[in-house]
Amino acid sequence: MATVIGIWIAAFLTLAIFSFLYGDNPVYKAVEHLYIGVSAAFWFLYLWSFTVYPNLVVGIRQHGWLGKDLLLIPTVLGLLMLFRLVPRYGWWSRYPMAFAIGLGAGLAITGVLQGLLFPQLQATILNPLTSVNNFLLVLGVLTSLLYFYFSREHTGVMGWIARIGIYFIMVAFGATFGYTVMARVSLLIGRVGFLLSDWLHLM
Amino acid sequence: MFEAQKTGILLVILALAALFLYWIRKARTQEIHLRRIPGLEALDDAVGRAAEMGRPVLFATGILGLNNIAVLAAMGILRRVAQKAAEYQVGFLMPNADPIVMTTAQEIVKEAYQSAGRPDLISEASVFYLTSDQFGYAAGVDGVMLREKPGAVFLQGYFYAESLILAETAQSVGAIQIAGTTATTQLPFFVVACDYVLIGEEMLAASAVLSREPNLLGSIKAEDWAKAGIALFLLVAVVLKIFGIDLAPLLNTR
Repeated sequence: MATVIGIWIAAFLTLAIFSFLYGDNPVYKAVEHLYIGVSAAFWFLYLWSFTVYPNLVVGIRQHGWLGKDLLLIPTVLGLLMLFRLVPRYGWWSRYPMAFAIGLGAGLAITGVLQGLLFPQLQATILNPLTSVNNFLLVLGVLTSLLYFYFSREHTGVMGWIARIGIYFIMVAFGATFGYTVMARVSLLIGRVGFLLSDWLHLM
Repeated sequence: MFEAQKTGILLVILALAALFLYWIRKARTQEIHLRRIPGLEALDDAVGRAAEMGRPVLFATGILGLNNIAVLAAMGILRRVAQKAAEYQVGFLMPNADPIVMTTAQEIVKEAYQSAGRPDLISEASVFYLTSDQFGYAAGVDGVMLREKPGAVFLQGYFYAESLILAETAQSVGAIQIAGTTATTQLPFFVVACDYVLIGEEMLAASAVLSREPNLLGSIKAEDWAKAGIALFLLVAVVLKIFGIDLAPLLNTR
């Protein structure tokens, strides 16, 4: 019985979200607020259950404040964020923000070099004379890279290189667009499949 | 322990750091010229159009946090958009999916309105939190667009599948849209649905051009040198490959 009620609720919510295709309406508005509220609550519980509780509460119990992970530092930084709620001391929240931004940027550098730049360079070191594919790949990478050169206007030779580069970029966008549209259609098929089989039993 | 196979990464980081420090120092004493970026020039016009229509502007950065470079760059663009919104006295809306992005954005928007001499026009409630859930966020931003009908929508940051949902809704309410992201899978959707798009690194350059901040301008100049170096290395490696010399193993990091 509970499963049947669950399917009916899910079907109603699906149709309510699809009603957005007609335009803004009270049903969509109600379901939109429900969705946002439920998902915000879900993320709150998720972060509490999988981040704060196991790392902080359990960590303090087992190792104390100055245990192996120096729990005091993230706790203080986290609490400083809450000073946003006190206008007079709101500026204290800038310290954890600066920490988060600096740490994020620093961590990203090695990740990008190791995970993206080096492997892409390796994959592009090809002999362009052995196949058309190799030639196009080398030409595409070089011209696309130089399209993003900002110190010179795109005029003269640089203009031609940048133009070839943007053609390559647009062809890549076209391929990505088609690929992603196919993926979205499969999502739609999944949802319509749910309505027709689980709800209406027509399939 | 020192991992010898990652020495290449260390050397590249040191070289890049030196390059960046050199150009940042130089940018403090010398004018740095960056080329015209079409989407960037449309920023002010878009806010002006919203003012003419008597509608607010809406700024969204997607669902990621400030550890994403595109979201960081979006903060520079946000400052300019908020400043212009204050000058033209139009409403400003910014729904968020990340609490840290929200608090940072509140600071930036407040400062921008103060620098435009209109701190009275903005409240922290204009930059608000929705949810961290991807489609909950998309549904919420869509709802805000339908009800507030912004005249200009700025989708600047890092986006996933919500990109087209947001761009189509903004288009349906008649907003001029300027998008910018480094997400290669979402750029095609922005290209077809938005009026202007800052493609990938254009976003990072846009932030520098708008602020005229020597640190940012110097960084873009240093990046250009790095790119020229990479292109030169690639060209040399490809020519050597034709003659049977392979430089690819030099780039092994594992």
